[in-house]
Amino acid sequence: MNRPIRNIAIACLVLFAALLLNVNYVQFVEADSLNAKNGNKRVINEEFSRDRGPILVDGKPVAESVKSKDEFKYQRSYPDGELYAPITGYFSYVFGRGGLENSQNSVLSGSDNRLFVNRVVDLVSNKQPKGGSVELTIDPLAQKTAASGLQALGKNTKGAVVALDPRTGAILAMVSQPSYNPNRLASHDFAAVQKSWDSLTTDKSLPMFNRGTQQTLPPGSTFKLITAAAALENGLEPSDKVKAGTTLKFPGIQYTLGNENGSNCGGNKITFERALNVSCNVAFGGIAGKLGQAKLAAQAAKFGFGTDPLRGLAANPSRFTVGDAKLEAPQLAQTGIGQYEVAASPLQMAMVAAGIANNGTVMTPYVVKTVRSPNLHVLEQADQHQLSQAMSAANAAKLQQMMVSTVQVGTATSARIAGVDVGAKTGTAQSTKDRPPYAWFVSYAKSGDKQVAVAVLVESSTTARDEIAGGLLAGPIARSVMQAVVGK
Amino acid sequence: MTAPAWIPRKRRGAEFFLTVLAVVIGIAAYAAVGLGAEGRIPADTYKLGLGLIVVAVATHLIVRRVAPYADPVLVPLVIALNGLGLAMIYRLDIGRQQIDPTRQAFANGQLVWTAIGIMAFAGILILVRDHRRLQSLTYTFGAAAIALLILPLLPHIGRSINGARIWINLGPFSFQPGEAAKVCLAIFFAGYLVVKRDALALAGRRVMGVDLPRGRDLGPILAGWLISIGILIFQNDLGSSLLFFGLFVVMLYVATERAGWLLVGAVLFAVGAYLSYLAIPHVQVRVDAWLNPFADPDRNGQIINGLFGLAHGGVLGQGLGQGSPQLTPFSFSDFIGASMGEELGLTGLMAILVIYGLIVERGLRIALTCRDAFGKLLAAGLAFSFALQVFVVIGGVTRLIPLTGLTTPFMAQGGSSIVMNWAIIGLLLRISDQTRRPAPEISTFDRDEETQVVKHA
Repeated sequence: MNRPIRNIAIACLVLFAALLLNVNYVQFVEADSLNAKNGNKRVINEEFSRDRGPILVDGKPVAESVKSKDEFKYQRSYPDGELYAPITGYFSYVFGRGGLENSQNSVLSGSDNRLFVNRVVDLVSNKQPKGGSVELTIDPLAQKTAASGLQALGKNTKGAVVALDPRTGAILAMVSQPSYNPNRLASHDFAAVQKSWDSLTTDKSLPMFNRGTQQTLPPGSTFKLITAAAALENGLEPSDKVKAGTTLKFPGIQYTLGNENGSNCGGNKITFERALNVSCNVAFGGIAGKLGQAKLAAQAAKFGFGTDPLRGLAANPSRFTVGDAKLEAPQLAQTGIGQYEVAASPLQMAMVAAGIANNGTVMTPYVVKTVRSPNLHVLEQADQHQLSQAMSAANAAKLQQMMVSTVQVGTATSARIAGVDVGAKTGTAQSTKDRPPYAWFVSYAKSGDKQVAVAVLVESSTTARDEIAGGLLAGPIARSVMQAVVGK
Repeated sequence: MTAPAWIPRKRRGAEFFLTVLAVVIGIAAYAAVGLGAEGRIPADTYKLGLGLIVVAVATHLIVRRVAPYADPVLVPLVIALNGLGLAMIYRLDIGRQQIDPTRQAFANGQLVWTAIGIMAFAGILILVRDHRRLQSLTYTFGAAAIALLILPLLPHIGRSINGARIWINLGPFSFQPGEAAKVCLAIFFAGYLVVKRDALALAGRRVMGVDLPRGRDLGPILAGWLISIGILIFQNDLGSSLLFFGLFVVMLYVATERAGWLLVGAVLFAVGAYLSYLAIPHVQVRVDAWLNPFADPDRNGQIINGLFGLAHGGVLGQGLGQGSPQLTPFSFSDFIGASMGEELGLTGLMAILVIYGLIVERGLRIALTCRDAFGKLLAAGLAFSFALQVFVVIGGVTRLIPLTGLTTPFMAQGGSSIVMNWAIIGLLLRISDQTRRPAPEISTFDRDEETQVVKHA
């Protein structure tokens, strides 16, 4: 009976080898991904009991851990919670993390591989590990200005403002209204946190939705900037005459494309530049038709449509069409003026303005400037990436001039700042009949060595319907944000 | 059988030295729990320390007295596991009562059960002076095993805890008779197979290099299979069902030396497993939880929590008293392996697995060197069932295989488990003592012939 016993011994060896290999897999190979899983109370408990690193704006914390007297030792606190919530996100015992609290968690919690040496030192000196800090690109004055601009439109107004430095892609302001107070989710009173969460997630105005990056809506006439860029790249000059008039007809189809309020854009033939100044639907519908779907789609893609360029925050890519649908002539004309299936986020439209202002070069947007270890050693400095060359510098200069004249003599006069180069484009996009259209305003400003590109979206407002035009609602907000940055 | 080539050595000094080490591990673990969880060495460390020392000295003296040639490594290994288990149960008492002060503390009860286990161990060594005597009680043990398996199903004394009807009430205690049934079954199988092995081994035909048994010899294995299925259906106890069947098939293989039985066993296992997967929703839940635990985090909370604990422990562990193993349901019984992994880390859990592996190895070595077929079979069966049990329970909590409820020998909270496992060690030491003892005098054979009633031709 010894041979079978020896075989059984080998079988037992195999069983134990499998157990040993498997615990190595679980506790060593798989451990990091298990620790990162949502709802892992052990890791949450540990992180909650840790001195989590701050998120800084201009050296001041917008998220920080302060000592608390309860079992967790530290309480996460957001000094200006609602203002920065779309960026910081939340840090909740019950509901996990959101925003940068989530995407920068490894540094903030101190578990990042780059902080390994710090952890070893902490382990040897028997100290609790500390988290590193994350410094944002946000300009606090621009951020506050943008928020108060949206607030001035009333509490029920939904909207967003995104401001970029065109030369670097650094996000200077990102505001979404309505916002939420992350302090209410970070509380150690879990019953209250549950109540806050329930009310936030059932609120129809979606306060936890970052409208600056996640909301994609028809950009309306602001999309004409992209149509214009494509036309310039294909040889049209600002002084060339284009067909305007009251309506654009399509052969064999009943549908006709008209202008806002039935105007005729000031004649049957106007200059291309004038067409942008007065935001002539008929002219841009015609231009879009001549360019064709492929060229227009390619131009939109060069500005970043269809990509999710922002790291670290939830964002929805903007779209030119749904899928790769083939557009019929009327649909293409509508697309050229930012209707039909085009949908863009405020971040995307700010990137369009920034690309034009930066001589055609679109920079990848970013919101984290510097990541530091607890002892302030720099771990990571944001590096600036070119996303694409959307148009030639010469054509960008022409489009800048067309935007500047739109501010001076066109629909965007509300953005004028004395002594500053300001270029802009308004937009109002139709939605259903029973709700007001969306108001858009896309602009840039340059003064000395300061530059800014801004996109403002006002989704709904208590303002009466007939008053809505991008210039009137969104323009002043864009203007004040630009002023906050360029300092005039 | 030829006399062993080695000169038998008792090695009781080595055993004493290893036992001291094992006791130190237990006491140090207990002190570390206090330091980690509450910042001070528990005031009653001396109580546990004294308890462990008494246990160690008692077992050592008993073994010296009644089984002087027994394997010197088994007892220290078991004392180390038992000590670690006690420390962890005490640690989980602290942790669980932090969550809810009304929760039951188990450490003292476990210490009492350990003492009872030592008594069972001593009782077996003292009462069973020769394991071959058990062979004459083959069918008694078989009947006892069946009775023990049926007990939990009886009204009034049977109790269903967490869906498995495997408990009986004995006054204030509840007891899992399945643990005792396992030992009785091993003795029964060993006795039965020693007698029947020739019939089961010789007849049959060869198919593709494997000797398959005759159809009419399939009776016993089918009976074993049906008993296992019965346990599964009536008691809802997946783990024991698997364990009993595995034990039976392997003992059949050892007895007959025919791999065909393994094949038949594997086929029957596959059929039984597949049928129970189809028919028993509880089994489907376990399999789903194994394949994709995160698909339903609420339902699979226990296995997920166990994995989180293991991951949180990492390579070096959180340190005794410094993790959060109490967050896992049944962290003190079924999931004590995960609790160990969390606080002692990969390193500690691997050490524990190696200790289990060594126990199995010693058991199989005893089976190899044993001179009589009954002892061989019994030792091999006990050692293999021990290995299978560790594999099923630790593999279950670490998501190597679907989770089935079995106790972690010597560590998990639970009286029946610890008592019966000490009894198994007692049996193994008894067989080992017989095996390693100097060979009996050859001269007895001469007189033997003279006393024969029927002379050989």
